[in-house]
Amino acid sequence: SRRAMGRAMGLAGLLLGLFLVPAVLVSTSLRHGAPPTEPEAARELAAWEPVSGTVREDSLWPLPQWLRTSPRQLQLAPGRFQLVHGAGSSAGPDCGLLQDAFRRYIEYMFGQSRRRTWGRRPPGGLTGPELWELQVVIEAPDPGCNSYPQLTSSEAYHLTVTEPVAILKADEVWGALRGLETFSQLVHEDDYGSFLVNESEISDFPRFAHRGILLDTSRHYLPLKSILTNLDAMAFNKFNVLHWHIVDDQSFPYQSIYFPELSNKGAYSYNHIYTPTDVRLVIEYARLRGIRVIPEFDTPGHTQSWGKGQKDLLTPCYSGERPTGSFGPVNPILNTTYDFMTTFYKEISSIFPDAYIHLGGDEVDFSCWKSNPEVREFMKKQGFGIDYAKLESYYIQKVLDIVSSYNKGYVVWQEVFDNKAQLKPDTVVQVWMENNYANELSSVTGAGFTAILAAPWYLDYISYGQDWKKYYKVEPLNFPGSEKQKKLLIGGEACLWGEFVDATNLTPRLWPRASAVGERLWSSRNVTNLQDAYERLTNHRCRML
Amino acid sequence: AENEPPSGTSCTQLLIFVATPGCDGFPSLDSKENYKLSVSEDSMLLSADAVWGALRGLETFSQLVGRDENGTYYINNTEIVDFPRFPHRGLLLDTSRHYLPLRAILETLDVMAYNKFNVFHWHIVDDPSFPYESFTFPELSKQGAFNAMTHVYTASDVQMVIEYARLRGIRVIAEFDTPGHTLSWGPGAPGLLTPCYLGKEPSGTYGPINPTLNSTYKFVASLFREVSTVFPDFFLHLGGDEVDFTCWKSNPKISAFMEEMGFGEDYKKLESFYIQRLLDIVSALGKGYIVWQEVFDNGVKVRPDTIIHVWKENSVPYMEEMANVTQAGYRALLSAPWYLNRISYGQDWIPAYQVEPLEFKGSPEQKERVMGGEACMWGEYVDVTNLTPRLW
Repeated sequence: SRRAMGRAMGLAGLLLGLFLVPAVLVSTSLRHGAPPTEPEAARELAAWEPVSGTVREDSLWPLPQWLRTSPRQLQLAPGRFQLVHGAGSSAGPDCGLLQDAFRRYIEYMFGQSRRRTWGRRPPGGLTGPELWELQVVIEAPDPGCNSYPQLTSSEAYHLTVTEPVAILKADEVWGALRGLETFSQLVHEDDYGSFLVNESEISDFPRFAHRGILLDTSRHYLPLKSILTNLDAMAFNKFNVLHWHIVDDQSFPYQSIYFPELSNKGAYSYNHIYTPTDVRLVIEYARLRGIRVIPEFDTPGHTQSWGKGQKDLLTPCYSGERPTGSFGPVNPILNTTYDFMTTFYKEISSIFPDAYIHLGGDEVDFSCWKSNPEVREFMKKQGFGIDYAKLESYYIQKVLDIVSSYNKGYVVWQEVFDNKAQLKPDTVVQVWMENNYANELSSVTGAGFTAILAAPWYLDYISYGQDWKKYYKVEPLNFPGSEKQKKLLIGGEACLWGEFVDATNLTPRLWPRASAVGERLWSSRNVTNLQDAYERLTNHRCRML
Repeated sequence: AENEPPSGTSCTQLLIFVATPGCDGFPSLDSKENYKLSVSEDSMLLSADAVWGALRGLETFSQLVGRDENGTYYINNTEIVDFPRFPHRGLLLDTSRHYLPLRAILETLDVMAYNKFNVFHWHIVDDPSFPYESFTFPELSKQGAFNAMTHVYTASDVQMVIEYARLRGIRVIAEFDTPGHTLSWGPGAPGLLTPCYLGKEPSGTYGPINPTLNSTYKFVASLFREVSTVFPDFFLHLGGDEVDFTCWKSNPKISAFMEEMGFGEDYKKLESFYIQRLLDIVSALGKGYIVWQEVFDNGVKVRPDTIIHVWKENSVPYMEEMANVTQAGYRALLSAPWYLNRISYGQDWIPAYQVEPLEFKGSPEQKERVMGGEACMWGEYVDVTNLTPRLW
């Protein structure tokens, strides 16, 4: 774009250096609830006093499930403090994921400090108790260093911060990543520039296992840097799913290996594509942050851009007896459609390692199908009458079967369920329509399907003022249903649709509003105090900058 | 022939002709911004009455230059005669609710120039912070800025803004809003603000500027003397909006003063008393002034060449306010439908575009009193991380 506009709004500029000086005091309180998992550790720490009313400059976001801090502060020397693998950890220096995380978190905590030269403990006394290192201990026999995070991965961790060594224990590396984020939030600077951390004990795990952000790279292309920056921000907020709504009507930026014409003809330009290397980079960058990448190839609607590079994929619309020249949803009556889908999803299944693929299925406009005489003929033959929802379901079911055959699970938008397609029992249904979404959650879970909630969290719907509060106030389990049903709601997603969003405004529009959703999905149900949230969120925002 | 590259010198120079000198002056409300642009095979000529028109014409010229698929720059044969409909086309930035680093302001001035805006309304101080470094009263920013070392505008910062703006034909109109919106003035100017009372005792909180003390007017005169010299534009914006009377009402000394002056219970009269004295002080300094609409609404006696800034959308529908203001003989600026800080989903540029500033019942003379308007970007939810994409 011309002139200074692009440069001016450069994300690098946003992220460097600016800080608002928060004159915010945060009070801590003794958290009740789940006790620490290590009874021995609890005994050692019995000497602590409860600390309600203590002034603290760190602010945790999202708030851990169980936390206890003391006023006693330990110093950290940027040049000496280390993140290390603890004795007995099933992960070691060959665990690339943790090595990368160690380096990243040291940079986050001490990055601006100049005292980074490696040095020994100075002779003579210290001015105060020092924290030497944080030992990370992974307890499961297979730590997960070389695997991809999954819905069932454990993200629980237990953090003990005492002199001289802090310990972070987690089942799997994913919990260690979450714990490192929390630890980095505990470290703060005092007025003299010293790095301090309060003695604390934290026991934490997410309330919901699926905590996602939807990015739309079809309405506006998002350069790689934008996506990666967003993955960083997600990690700061313990989000663990990137729902990549990669293609749609407007453009097809995904460069397919089997069908290169799709992006050749369907992308905004050759500069507006994601090559296989780009995609791999996103997936790996996400993996290193414990974030799953679930791609969405939305069909049969939302597919205008697919038709440019794949002839005969979309339904030709008719006016009377004549084709109008325009096209509608994917043509469900042709065998070639399913041949295409079979090959296409073979590629997608191998490129994207997550166990799930999002198949879309929303907002299918039937008018084009209705106008097409061959489609009408097909409807008759199949005995669907004039119920086009049946045709939609017919299509969807065939695609679901194709995707199943590649051993992938699938997520679909709620219409697929609403229109009564035959879904596999482990289908995940994403509820997005705002009107009466609690009812929809009841229906979906009542029918035995897993659900994720997006409806109240369409962050592209901006409005004036502190709208983070309304996102924070949502209680996902506020719907009529049994205990069993409630267990089927596995989480939710904050969606940033791209009609009015590109790299010039993505970051300030998404954050820190999405942080409100992040805490709602991670923290305990009773973490609802808006005033406390405001104070912590203000600090957290400055920290993210 | 069609595909011959252009030859000769015709496409190598844009000749700029300015009728009256003025390179070293500051733009004003009366500056001429008209220009003519002629582009043909023989020549490219930009002519303007004043340098300000030349700036506008250069911007237009730059927008005409295109680039084809081969990367060749080209321009079509063009004839343009252009001038602004309204002489005051402004943008308000608020550097009190959130400090904006200098580069954010300078960047904004660049984009203003792309859009032919010609007034930067600098709402520089307000309740939350006082970032303006005053040489007469250094304590104001020392005590009132978010951070006196880092979140301030030094004298050289201010001069930089004024000069950067001037080079783009943009006037800088500073707003030191009083008597309300002044909480940040308190710490650095003890005794300036009204102490609020809870019953018979001061509550510890403060309200608007205390209009009953002579020291207030001494202070105000000194501060505005400085501001008048620092900011070269003829106009200063004096604020005067949203004065909350509760604190004044609570203070017994103020009540006593009200009685003494025969104002009864009408605090609008007290507000007017302050404003009138302020206006006289500023006039004596040789400056003109712009005030928010409350000053007009509350019947304050103002000079005939005062400009009233209409910002309230609904207390009286703003078009009605425009009619009232212009009918009373004052010049008006419109901001009410252009509060860009009030974001909403979708293409909200459309309703802003559809506003017709002269759509009120009035005589042609009245309509001529509408000087223009301003898009306002109040800073409650805006800082450097989101200013540019929110504003443009």
